[in-house]
This record gives sequence, structure tokens and C-alpha cells, in this order.
Amino acid sequence: MTEMNMNPAKEPAAANPAPLSKTQQKVAASLNRRHRQEKVFKSIGLGAVLISLTLVAILFINIFAKGLPAFWQSAITLDIYFDPEIIQISDKPVQQPDETENAFRQRYVEWRSEVGMVNFNRLILDGLYKVIPEASERQNRRHAARLVTSGERYALRDMVIDNPAIIGQTKTVHLLTDANIDVWLKGNIDRSLPDSQQQLSPKVREWVTMLSEQGIIENRFSFALFMNPDSRSSLASAGLAGAFMGSLYMMLVVIFLAVPMGVAAAIYLEEFAPKNKITDLVEVNINNLAAVPSIVFGLLGAAVFIGWFNLPISAPIVGGLVLSLMTLPTVIIATRSTLKAIPPSIRQAALGLGASKMQAIFHHVLPLAVPGILTGAILGVAQALGEAAPLLLIGMKSFVAQVPTGPFEQSTALPVQIFLWQGNELRNFFEARTSAAIIVLLALMLSLNALAIWLRKKYEKRW
Amino acid sequence: MSNFSLIVLLLALMAVGYQLGMVRSRKVATVNPQQKMHSRPHHYGMMVGLWAVIPAFFILVLWTLLSPGVISNMVAAQLPEQALAAEGMNADVIMRRISNLAANFGVVAEAEQWELAAAAYMQQLKSSSALLLTGLIAAIAAAGLFFSYKRIQPQLRARHQIERTVKAVLIICSTVAILTTIGIVLSMVGETFKFFSFIPPADFFFGTTWNPRFSTTGVSEGSLTGSQGSFGLLPLLSGTMLVAVIALLVAIPLGLMVAIYLAEYAPAKFRATAKPVIEVLAGIPTIVYGFFALVTVGPFLADFGASIGLTIRATSALTAGVVMGIMIIPFISSLSDDIITQVPKALRDASLGLGATKSETVRKVVLPAALPGIVGAILLAASRAIGETMIVVLAAGNSPTLTANPFEAVSTVTVTIVNQLTGDNDFASPQSLVAFALGLTLFVITLLLNVVALVIVRKYREQYE
Repeated sequence: MTEMNMNPAKEPAAANPAPLSKTQQKVAASLNRRHRQEKVFKSIGLGAVLISLTLVAILFINIFAKGLPAFWQSAITLDIYFDPEIIQISDKPVQQPDETENAFRQRYVEWRSEVGMVNFNRLILDGLYKVIPEASERQNRRHAARLVTSGERYALRDMVIDNPAIIGQTKTVHLLTDANIDVWLKGNIDRSLPDSQQQLSPKVREWVTMLSEQGIIENRFSFALFMNPDSRSSLASAGLAGAFMGSLYMMLVVIFLAVPMGVAAAIYLEEFAPKNKITDLVEVNINNLAAVPSIVFGLLGAAVFIGWFNLPISAPIVGGLVLSLMTLPTVIIATRSTLKAIPPSIRQAALGLGASKMQAIFHHVLPLAVPGILTGAILGVAQALGEAAPLLLIGMKSFVAQVPTGPFEQSTALPVQIFLWQGNELRNFFEARTSAAIIVLLALMLSLNALAIWLRKKYEKRW
Repeated sequence: MSNFSLIVLLLALMAVGYQLGMVRSRKVATVNPQQKMHSRPHHYGMMVGLWAVIPAFFILVLWTLLSPGVISNMVAAQLPEQALAAEGMNADVIMRRISNLAANFGVVAEAEQWELAAAAYMQQLKSSSALLLTGLIAAIAAAGLFFSYKRIQPQLRARHQIERTVKAVLIICSTVAILTTIGIVLSMVGETFKFFSFIPPADFFFGTTWNPRFSTTGVSEGSLTGSQGSFGLLPLLSGTMLVAVIALLVAIPLGLMVAIYLAEYAPAKFRATAKPVIEVLAGIPTIVYGFFALVTVGPFLADFGASIGLTIRATSALTAGVVMGIMIIPFISSLSDDIITQVPKALRDASLGLGATKSETVRKVVLPAALPGIVGAILLAASRAIGETMIVVLAAGNSPTLTANPFEAVSTVTVTIVNQLTGDNDFASPQSLVAFALGLTLFVITLLLNVVALVIVRKYREQYE
């Protein structure tokens, strides 16, 4: 296009030797400069696009390079003998026919706490002494206790609770090592540092090197990252399960609250509302609400839902309500633009055949709008899934060591878990684990977005 | 019965009502065949179902909202005076203990005799309340069902009733957005006034030091003023502006050039891939940007600064600003792209026809024509930058000082809101309440930016439509 326009200016200068007018001379003289400017401008634009694409790439490569190794975690393979001498417990209770549900549960809880009193650490240590005979010496026991992360004794406890018949048997188990051992083996700490700055004692380092050469300690896929809730006492077993369930409950609240309400509001505003001052105000208000900083919704949640309605602090229900209010404008705007795109002829045809306005909209317009509405709803949910700031203000920042079993229980959320982990003092270990959590979050969000794009592509209709 | 099972019961009643209504309408139609029914049978069924459920549902909602307050008041009235005085705790704590005991959470052994009595009373009240509610709801639902069932006649306009109900539901849903705005304003204005009862507004808006100290719970009201910190907004506002300006300095040139290139130069295929990839940046959660700033960009800038002899802190206004700039590139590029493509082709053709190069056309014709819209896009991006929280919480360094040096750590309004509300401050202390004053300030600033931006964008759209 550009070249075509420039050629007529050039040709007369070359073909016709007749003297040029002043203006023509000026144009001819400036032509090189102008073409250069054109090239520079175009390459600046291309440069900007490339820089932006590079930034996207750097961001993703950076997070993935940091986070992917954290999906594998060093674990030690031990033969654990479930010693009846150490595990002295009564039989697992069985519900008697004449026993009420409550009485049985009471008995079961008592039995569980009895199992909990067993010194499972002894089992782990005995298993360790088999592979490191030296560790059983008195002066080395202190070091041996640091090899396996402290949360793993509960894994053994749960094995016994599930099946008390294993008492007296020997089982091969993979136990997570201490977080510092994982750091050491992955080279996330400078191995040349003097002993005083190392987290691990020289003895432990020596054993770890030996065991990993023997293949007894090796990198295994970290199920703990997905199956466990957060942990502070046993850092290596900290996982995302609690945060994931919290986020799931919140998203359910958003799906069941923000989406139907937003769609209903959009239908009213687009199809029924008279065009007057009030609906104008509502429209301006919704557009503004979409641009209100998310943290303001957190303040609203803290003041209204927790302060006035006395809903439980740190509960997914409150988080879900706050995120619903935040997503509502997104859903309304998306639904309205979908409804707007459906041609009036559909409505007129239905009305002409005697349908009421309600019937025309619910039987004919709405079914055509479903893909667009779903796309908007999914994008809204994805936005809510990644939001952290308002959740901090309603107490979801607190440490929760259980997986929540309902929307009224204390919980945290995936983005907040990322925030909590990045602040952990064991930076060498948690930088990778935080990146892994980010990968999980991004994977969830990107698959939601991909779903939305797929829906749009599949059902998109041009009228 | 729990609320959940009550709702299930209501839904079941609705199904029953639907069936009954349908059957009856058919019967009515066969009894007097010369008269045409106004609505279809399922309309009558739906009408009966709605009559059975909606009034009962309202009672359920009201009861659930009001009954906890009534019950705890009744229990509180029963508490022995001397026990309260001896305990020396405030009433809230006692009520919480009692309701925990009533819900079987509390450790029974530690509870006092009168607490157990109150808990038992509360349990009794709760169970009778649940019983009463079940009875009431069953009665109302049955009455609604029966009443509407009896009314089924050929002349009855069942469909109109349903459509009116649906419309009412739609209207209620569309007021939620307004209620949210009202809720935001009311809750924040209320708490802000409480805050201004501690600190005069002038000290807040024009104060140049931010040092809120710790909460002063346990100290009597009179001595509050003695140990109060200073709550000056200016350092926070300057930090916010500094970060936002850096972000815009990064995002405007990049975003605008991206928009121009994609709209004017890029081949369709390149545009179709590059545009969504850049828009991915807008979908990434801000906590991810914060982490990226903290562990990658911050140390990189610090090293870079050290290599050219500058002291740049790893967490500084610059770090936060640069990363925030990356975040808002797609806001500016997408909006500007839309606006640039909306400039009529005739303007471009005229300019090209006069011999201008493409870049001259863009710079001298297209951009001036699109300028109002682009300004609107930039304002929207600015309001996004001012309200952004997680990036600055992690990467701005949290140091509320009045500085214009981008290499220093700063603090912003949003960071301070998070700090003040997530600390161990008492909710009624000025240290917590100030968060709402800050939130209101933030709300007003972003609202102004948004309104101006929307007005500009809307005006511009009209111009070429």
C-alpha cells in the first residue's frame, strides 16, 4: 500500500529530466528521510510486539523452570517393620448391632487417639538403622531423626488405622525426606558453604550422599503436593489440597450465585428495562463496579459479611460471596453483549407468532445466547479463581492445617496459599514449591480459558 | 430440620404442586369443554408450585436471618448477673463460649455450671425454633398450594402470574449490582466516620507521616490519644502515584505501539496469534506477577543497578512499577486497538491519497482521531494500576516514606489496607478503621478516573457511529 503511493512520486523524477517545481524538489529531497522514518516506525511497532511476546515467554519460562522440579521430591525407601512391641493398641472397634451411631463414633475416636499415641518415629528410626547401621549409635541418633520429615509418621499411623492387620508385618514405604535434604540434593543451596551456614549437619550430608548413590533416596513424584493440606511443622509435606478445596468451594458459590444472578440481571436490563434515567444509572453503575479495585470488595466483605452478618471468618462461603459480587459485573456485561448480538428478527418472529415477550426471550433468544453466556461465565470464574487481595482481608490468610470439608469451615485459597508460601522462611525449598503452586493455578486458569475459547469457536454464530 | 432439608422439602412440595395443578387444570378443562382455558396445563402446574414455595421460602430466609439474634438475646437475658460480673469478660466472649457449648464444641469439663445451664437453654431454644420453623413453613406452603389449587379456573391467567413472578426475580437480580455499590459506600463511609472520630480528617488527608503504631486495645478510651500514631495519607498516596506512573511509563509506549502495529501493519495471521498471546498477560493472577517481581525482576534490577553504579533495592517502586507495567500492557493495547480500528477508513484513505506515508498517516491522522479513546484507555489502565494490590504487597518494599526516588522502597494505599486489616489490631481501633478511610479514598479516586474514562470513550464512540 505504502509502496504504491510512493511510486508515482518517484517515477516522474526518474523518467522526466524536466526541471522540478519547488514543491516537487522539496518532496523528492525529503523522500528518503520519510521512508526511513516509515521503516523506523514500523520496526518500533514490531519491536514492541516482540518485547511483549518475550515478556510473556520470560514469565512462563521463569515460573516453569523454577516450579517443575518441585513436582518431584526426594523420598527415602525404607522397609518398616510394624513392631507389635511398639504398636500396642486394642482392636479396631466394630459397630455393635445394639450400639447407636454416636456411641460407636465416640469409641472409634477414642481408638484413633490411642493409635495416635504410638511412637511411630521409633518405627521410622528402626527402618533407618537397617540402611545406615552407623545411625543407631548413640551420638548419631540426633542426626538420624532429621532425615525423614516429621509429618511422615502420620502416614504410618494412617496405614495402621486403615488396616491394623499390618501390625507384625514389614512393608516397603516411600517416605519424604526433610525439606533441607531435598534442597541439598537439588543443589538449591551452595554446597561449598562452611558447615556453620549449612542447614544440615556434616553427618546427615554424608548419609544423604551415600543413600542417594545407593538409590535409597531418590526423586519421586510428589503426591504430597496435591494430597496434603498446608503444614508448618513438616515443611516437606506441605501441600495444596486444603487451598484447592477452599478455592473449589468458593468457585461453587460463584457459579451458583454470580452466574445466575448476573444472567438474570443482564436479561432484565437488555430485554425488559425501559430506557430511562434509572436504567442509565444502573448501567453506569455496573460499568464502574467492573473497574472497582478488587481490594475494595474485600473491605466490603470484612465490614458487611463478617462485621454485620457475623458469618465465620476465613470461611470459603464469605470468600465466595465477595468474589461473586466482584464477578457479577463481568457476567452481566458479557451476557448483555451476547444478547445484544442476537438479531431482533428472532424476537420479532416469536412475537409475531403470538408468543409473549417472556416466551420469546426464554424459549428463543436465551437458547441462542447460551454459548456466549457460558463463555462470559467461565471467564468470570477464572478471574475469581486467581484473585487474592480481597481474600486477605476476610481472614483467609491464616494458616489452616486441615482440608476443609464444607464451605463454612476455615480454609485458604490457591492464590492465598501462593502468597503464604512465598513468605516462608525456608526460601530455598519454598521458592520452587510456590512456583509449583503457581503452575497448578495457571494450569487451572488456562484450561478454563481454553474451554471458553473452545466454546466460543464451536458455537460462534455470525448473524 | 436443617435449612437444607427444608429446602429439599420445599422443592418436593413444588413438584407435587406442579403435578396437582396440571391434573386439576386438565380436569377443569374437561368439565366445561365449551370454555377455553387461558393458559396451558403446565402453566397452572407452575403457578401452584410457585405459590407453594415462594411465600414459605421468604419466611425461611427471614427466620434464618433473625432467629440467631433473638435466641442469643433470650439466652443473654437469662444469664445470672453475679456470674457475669465475676467473670469480668465482655458479653461477646461469653456468648461465643455458650454457643460453642451448645453446639458441643466446647470442652465441657472447663465450663461453669451457669454456662452449662445457659447452653442447655440455648440448645432447647434452637430445637424449638427449628420445630416451629418446620411447622410454620409446612403450614404456609400447604396453604399456598391449597389456595392456588382451588383457584384454577378457565379464566385464571396463570401464565401472566408466572411471567410477573419471573420478571420480579429478574428485577431483584439487577438491583444486586446497585446494592453492592450502596453497600460499598455505606460500609466504608460508616467506618470512615468512626475513624475520623479518633483522627481529624485534616491530619489524615494532609499528614506527611505514616506511623500507625500498634492497636491500643485494653487501654481505656481516655488514654487513646496519648499513644496514637500518625495517620498521614500523603506518603501512601505519593508511593501509589510513583508506582502507577512507572507502570504507565512502561505500559503506554509498549501498549500503544503494540496496538498500532497490530491494527495497521501486522498481517492478519500474525495479528491472530500475537493478540491473544499478549492478552494472556491480562489473565495471569496478580499474585503471580508479585512473585515474579519478588524473585526475578527485583534481584535482576538490583544487579543491573549495581553494575552501572546505582543502588536499586530489590523491592522498590521501580520493581513493582515495571512488573505492573507489564501487567497493564494488554489493557492499553486491546482498548487502543479497538479504538484505532474504529477510526473510519475514509480518513486513512484521504491521508494516503495525498501522498503521506503510512506512519505519517498513523501519527498525524489516525492517532489524533483516536486520541480521546486512547486517553480513556490510559485512564482505565491508571485506575487499574492504582487499585492493584498483590504486586505492590510483595514487591514495593512496604516502607511508607515520602520519596520521589523510584529506587527506594515505598508503600501504597492498597498495601497499607492489607497491613492494617490483617495484623492483630482490634477491629474498632483507629489502626483498623483507617483501612476503611484508605479504601474510601481509593474508591473515590478510581471512581473518578473510571467515570472520566467512560465518558470520554463513550463520546468518542458516538462520534464515529
